[in-house]
Amino acid sequence: MQRRKDPDALRPDHRIILEWIPPGAAVLDLGCGDGALLDLLVRRKGARVQGVEIDEQAIYRCVARGLSVFHEDIDDGLSGYRDRSFDYVILNQSLQQVRRVDEVLREALRVGHRAILGFPNFAHYRARCQLFFLGRTPVTPALPYEWHDTPNLHFLSIKDFKAYCRQRSIRIERDACIAGKHKVTFFPNLFAGLGLFLIST
Amino acid sequence: MVKKGTVGIARDGGRRTGASHSPIGAQGSVGEVATRFHQFAHPPGTLVLESGQSLGPVEVAYETYGGLNAEKSNAIMILHALTGDAHAAGIHEADGRLGWWDAMIGPGKAFDTERYCIICSNVLGGCKGTTGPVSVNPRTGRVYAMDFPLITIGDMVAVQRRLLDHLGIDRLLAVAGGSMGGMQALEWLRAFPERLCGAVVIATAAKHSPQQIAFNEVGRQAIMADPDWREGHYDGQPPSKGLALARMIGHITYMSEASMSEKFGRRIQAPHQSHKFSNGFEVEEYLHHKGRRFVERFDANSYLYITHAMDSYDFSRGEDMHRALAGLTQKVMLIAFRSDWLYPVAQSREIARACKAAGVDATYCEIDSDYGHDAFLLEVEQESHLIRHFLQGLEAARGTC
Repeated sequence: MQRRKDPDALRPDHRIILEWIPPGAAVLDLGCGDGALLDLLVRRKGARVQGVEIDEQAIYRCVARGLSVFHEDIDDGLSGYRDRSFDYVILNQSLQQVRRVDEVLREALRVGHRAILGFPNFAHYRARCQLFFLGRTPVTPALPYEWHDTPNLHFLSIKDFKAYCRQRSIRIERDACIAGKHKVTFFPNLFAGLGLFLIST
Repeated sequence: MVKKGTVGIARDGGRRTGASHSPIGAQGSVGEVATRFHQFAHPPGTLVLESGQSLGPVEVAYETYGGLNAEKSNAIMILHALTGDAHAAGIHEADGRLGWWDAMIGPGKAFDTERYCIICSNVLGGCKGTTGPVSVNPRTGRVYAMDFPLITIGDMVAVQRRLLDHLGIDRLLAVAGGSMGGMQALEWLRAFPERLCGAVVIATAAKHSPQQIAFNEVGRQAIMADPDWREGHYDGQPPSKGLALARMIGHITYMSEASMSEKFGRRIQAPHQSHKFSNGFEVEEYLHHKGRRFVERFDANSYLYITHAMDSYDFSRGEDMHRALAGLTQKVMLIAFRSDWLYPVAQSREIARACKAAGVDATYCEIDSDYGHDAFLLEVEQESHLIRHFLQGLEAARGTC
């Protein structure tokens, strides 16, 4: 396991999520992968964490980090929890892979007081250029998959998500748009590869 | 999400690779071991069973591997399945027999005997040294046979608890078991949570489904239909055909369609044919062999009593499972196997779901194995990885459990 001490070396989305989550919080990470984010939350924030992950090899890596994880689909990951079991429910880079977005977000905001969502921005200028000039389905650092082997089921932009929240009266408490290692405030829907949102009902 | 197969555990098409993961060093055997015995519930004392009936005295056969530390905080109790016994690891000098979970217990193995003191006992109702229907009833001077009271998974665990008292251990680091052993692990959580820090629950169910009960009933009927069974009083001439048939049925349910195809195919084990209608297929001969071997080592009445205990078990006693789990501070590790159709993953998922609702700190892993129910004895590498880290987590949190 590679452990980087320099906080600047953290993945930018992880750095922002660490900023947003207060010490001692109870956190559920849906699609937690190898548990890198949960591990950070435990070590730096003393968080009480639980992960959900579908990939068996990733489960083994989570267990090696001493994390508690459930091996299951994200779409099934929330049912069973009582209301407000967690302070934060995270869907980082997994929202676009969920089958039933409406239901999962409703459940996330039932099970958690707040939810943190991160997704690749489909309206990033590189994606737009590939589609417009090349006439090809975009393959970018944030959207690295070819059309035939992508785990992504939904392709949304930062603007799409804001409109979605407006329609459903979901409150956006904080947001951060990221390009490379930095936050973007100038035309984020054009220049950000990644959108991060802290939402609540 | 993580791409498959980059780091983590190397897989070899679902087969055992034999490669060790141990960061600790070479794996070894606990060597020669011997079964020991503890007797309790001497008159006028008795063991009061869940049914209200009483039994006594009770003898427990057990083995231990690895040393108990000064604080007596490193003990782990292994819980065996339907036909297992106290001999979980190492070798018996007399017959050279290896323990049934030897691949998992020993120096540097998942249950590392250099760190932990491992205890395994034969269950109540068994025929491997612990009091059961083959034991002599002190009131009649003859074997209990059908005079042995019906016992439960709860009674098995109550006897294990008495053994723990005898060994002077207040709190186990963990209990661990697969199949019926998993039921006992769940029962430990329900009945004596204050006596453990965590539980490893493998390939099991909180209660049997109709299908599981059906297979057990067919096995029981096979035994009872054998004229040698004689209502359970078969001194000297046991119902071997019936018991062998029960075992053959059992073996079918322990394997998967894929593992049977791979192991036997349609190969003929010529020229031996046991009867006119046999084609002498390897699978037929294998089942006959397993049946024959089983009757040499197992008692038919024990089979009836223990399968009855499994079928009647209900972890939450008719209540919602999450209520029975509520308030538990013990950590739970649940492991299931995709190809296990006797204890399908859905039953383990149900336990996992109840843990969520109850707020129990749990980990659930579904191992992609072709071995069917037998996987819990065969998928050593994956299980070892999960269990080793789980136990280390329990050790780290020992102060708080």
